[in-house]
Amino acid sequence: MATVSRGFGGRRQDPAGGDLAARTPPGQYLTDGFPVLSAGPTPGVRLEDWAFEITGGREPVGWTWEQFRRLPSERFTCDIHCVTRWSKLETAWEGVSLDTLLAPVAHDAGYAVAVSHGGYTTNLPLTDLLGGKAWVAHTYAGQPLHPEHGGPARLVVPHLYFWKSAKWIRGLRLTAQDEPGFWERAGYHDYGDPWTEQRYASA
Amino acid sequence: MWRSAVIADVTVQTHRTRTLTLAVDGWMTHRAGQHVDLRLTADDGYQAARSYSLASGPGEPPQVTVDRLPDGEVSPYLVDIAAPGDALELRGPVGGYFVWSPQNSPQPPVLLIAGGSGVVPLHTMLRARLHAGDDTPMRLLYSARSWDDVIYRDELRQASSVSGVTVEFTLTRDIPPGWSGHTGRLDAAMLTELSWPATDRPDVFVCGPTRFVEAIADTLVDLGHDPAAVRTERFGG
Repeated sequence: MATVSRGFGGRRQDPAGGDLAARTPPGQYLTDGFPVLSAGPTPGVRLEDWAFEITGGREPVGWTWEQFRRLPSERFTCDIHCVTRWSKLETAWEGVSLDTLLAPVAHDAGYAVAVSHGGYTTNLPLTDLLGGKAWVAHTYAGQPLHPEHGGPARLVVPHLYFWKSAKWIRGLRLTAQDEPGFWERAGYHDYGDPWTEQRYASA
Repeated sequence: MWRSAVIADVTVQTHRTRTLTLAVDGWMTHRAGQHVDLRLTADDGYQAARSYSLASGPGEPPQVTVDRLPDGEVSPYLVDIAAPGDALELRGPVGGYFVWSPQNSPQPPVLLIAGGSGVVPLHTMLRARLHAGDDTPMRLLYSARSWDDVIYRDELRQASSVSGVTVEFTLTRDIPPGWSGHTGRLDAAMLTELSWPATDRPDVFVCGPTRFVEAIADTLVDLGHDPAAVRTERFGG
């Protein structure tokens, strides 16, 4: 039995106990805004300098912005969950599936490290990037993705806490072993499942 | 792991912020800049949790300084209702990046830039330096709407008399008569005047609302600071 805090009523977001409550992972609250969180300055990435490269396979594979935008894009709508406890439902994106990006890459890796402009990294098992579960998104709510939210392009892996959805992504490094990324080395959980509240490494 | 905590003390800071001192069994210590999650439970089992920066220095009992958000669910309770003896739960300390620790060796100067209640973790870094007797040059630039909104006023004014420490306030909205500090937003000119040049390679910590942090971080990069030396923490949409 948890400790009851005297006089705390709380504000249930979905008093009817319907769909919204079921879609909000434990310990999260819903927001209509789109909070910005990042560990440093927002890098300005010019489209003519942008490239996406997958290394660690037999051969490196890469795309310029123009080549990337000629790949088939998918529209997808998803709920996103930030470890700082906000969740946002029904976010509308457009991007290239990781299935598409990884298709031409011959490899025997089990993991990937997403690498971003500005030095951010985050690690994921490859199985979490494949099977229609992850995208490199270039469009949010019908508009080019704003730099504050990771534009020109960011990873979107909605089934994990949103720090795994690396902003300003510039590539993937495929690895045989799991290699903890930026927040994963700074006290946060290695995998980050919001439904089992895998927030922190310990604590 | 959630731990039971009891509110041991409440200090009013401003008209919308209070500092809660928590008694927590088994609390070891923490680093300046780290945060804790606090969880409240209602009679019927409903729970809400939020993250708060630690406001006490390493080695002190955990404290949080809570700013009442107008539409908040947890902060109005912590600011207006919670009293000594009340129970809640705590998880942490958490975080290993937006942190600063005194060391027994020379460190780069530290530039702390606060917007509003973003001062909380930065004040904790300053406190960590003072308590350790560390001599790292440290400078806090604190932007607030009005003098009444400035948190830790007395502590910060005392800190600014310590050798190697500078605290500068700028007020953006209400300027009291006779105010001799700075006024207006922290723009490039004010940052240039008040902070170390990029060539001194300071470690920079910026905390505040998103708009504030975005603007400051962009300006610092424009002024030549290494983006990797600028650590940010933001709150609000």
